[in-house]
Amino acid sequence: MTGSADASGRLPAAFTTPGSSSFVEFVSQVAPDLLPAMHGRTMTDRHGATDPVLVPHATTIVALVCADGMVMAGDRRATAGPMIASRHIEKVFPADEHSAVGIAGSAGLAIELVRLFQLELEHFEKIEGMPLSLEGKANRLATILRGNLPLAMEGLAVVPLFGGFDTERRVGRIFSYDITGGRYEEHEHHAIGSGSVFARGSLKKRWSPGLTLDGAVAVAVEALVDAADDDAATGGPDRVRAIYPVVATITASGYQRVTDEQVAAVAARIETDRTVTPARPARARTAKKTRKTTGGEAS
Amino acid sequence: MPFYVSPEQLMKDRADYARKGIARGRSVVVLAYDDGICFCTENPSRALHKISEIYDRIAFAAVGKYNEFENLRVAGVRYADLRGYSYDRVDVTARGLANAYAQTLGTVFTTESKPLEVELVVAEVGRAAADDQIYRLTYDGSVADEQGYVVMGGQADRLGAVLADRYAPGMSLAAALRLGVAVLGTPAEDDGPARTPQAGQLEVAVLDRTRPRRAFRRIVGPALADLLAETPD
Repeated sequence: MTGSADASGRLPAAFTTPGSSSFVEFVSQVAPDLLPAMHGRTMTDRHGATDPVLVPHATTIVALVCADGMVMAGDRRATAGPMIASRHIEKVFPADEHSAVGIAGSAGLAIELVRLFQLELEHFEKIEGMPLSLEGKANRLATILRGNLPLAMEGLAVVPLFGGFDTERRVGRIFSYDITGGRYEEHEHHAIGSGSVFARGSLKKRWSPGLTLDGAVAVAVEALVDAADDDAATGGPDRVRAIYPVVATITASGYQRVTDEQVAAVAARIETDRTVTPARPARARTAKKTRKTTGGEAS
Repeated sequence: MPFYVSPEQLMKDRADYARKGIARGRSVVVLAYDDGICFCTENPSRALHKISEIYDRIAFAAVGKYNEFENLRVAGVRYADLRGYSYDRVDVTARGLANAYAQTLGTVFTTESKPLEVELVVAEVGRAAADDQIYRLTYDGSVADEQGYVVMGGQADRLGAVLADRYAPGMSLAAALRLGVAVLGTPAEDDGPARTPQAGQLEVAVLDRTRPRRAFRRIVGPALADLLAETPD
């Protein structure tokens, strides 16, 4: 049932009961079957199974703070085992006006979870007449995530990365999570997903305090390029199909997605910087000639 | 009950009771302008609203008893969010919500000892002005599909007549807002002095069809003062 009205067409009592401003709490009372995975519902008797379920998995998300707020970016690949399930999935979403959520893990559940989280924030804002604090939003996400624990134990884990502009403290902040709903505040930068090891290495070298917004976007894209370089499940910028990472900036003026043109320009610059002119085979005839290298140095 | 009361008398008494309660408060004016629908009322409170957002393109305005319409507002937000979550955002319509409210008001009016002392407007802004919908719901559950403008609460009939004279479709927001405020300031007696409600005493919001998703926007502070100060064109 969709719980919208009882037989007489009148709004049921649960709708007019004062109290909770939480959509999740409300739905779990009137239509619990609509929630993705609540209250220990399990799918089948898969307990103890070791092989992971073959469903699309979302991969790398990076986030970093900068002078004006924060930047979050995600690649566009989803994989199901060794197969590419999608080349153009989007994994970074606006959670509300001043925050963003990126997802790694089981893609279908993760996208559903994001939809529920977005609604939870909007619902609170409409009922209370003002948005939740950034900490409040981060805590709500932890609660929603905890509801997914039974499925996570069966191999359908969802791991989000949350960040936003704290309108009280006027800074960008990042929160990471584990599958049990554990919430950890990250400083400076963070990455999640299969390519996160490589992305974190890249962020560590490239991030610096007080980055400009454009600088931070470049660092985020470069971290994703590095992840795609070494992780098979992360997709790099795809010039052939014009598919570029989703990059979002969150500042005092709110969530804004960076245009594909701008991301393409950043990706092209990284590509140019890294392009190597192939060395010719050192045969006797050509060995005497000076070899041109990328730096333009002649020896 | 020891005495017989005819159903006609019973309903009339309830209706009178509800009407009296609703007329006690200040009016709310709702009027369509070229880029959306404008709501204005006199309300000195910054926190207790009479005009609110329900969904992406749907807003709610109410007069009467605060606790009763606040309860209906919350129910409306829950109804809309649940419906949008189980189907899709485009499947949430003002018509559906107005029906749910009408059933609720109607059931309370006929079955409970006290009717709800509220009058509501549920409005939805469309892609074009012709698609705008304004529904007015009264305490007994009757629904009216209004064209262009509505005045409810306070001296609704008197103010409605003034607005009907001066309203024209396709006004700019500034013109519509000034008209709304002028209507709110209509004197209570024919020869009384007209009041000019100040920006600080007004609660103003719009459903702006040019906004991408959530069309509802409150107009407060300097933005409101600027709109009110614009010279008539």
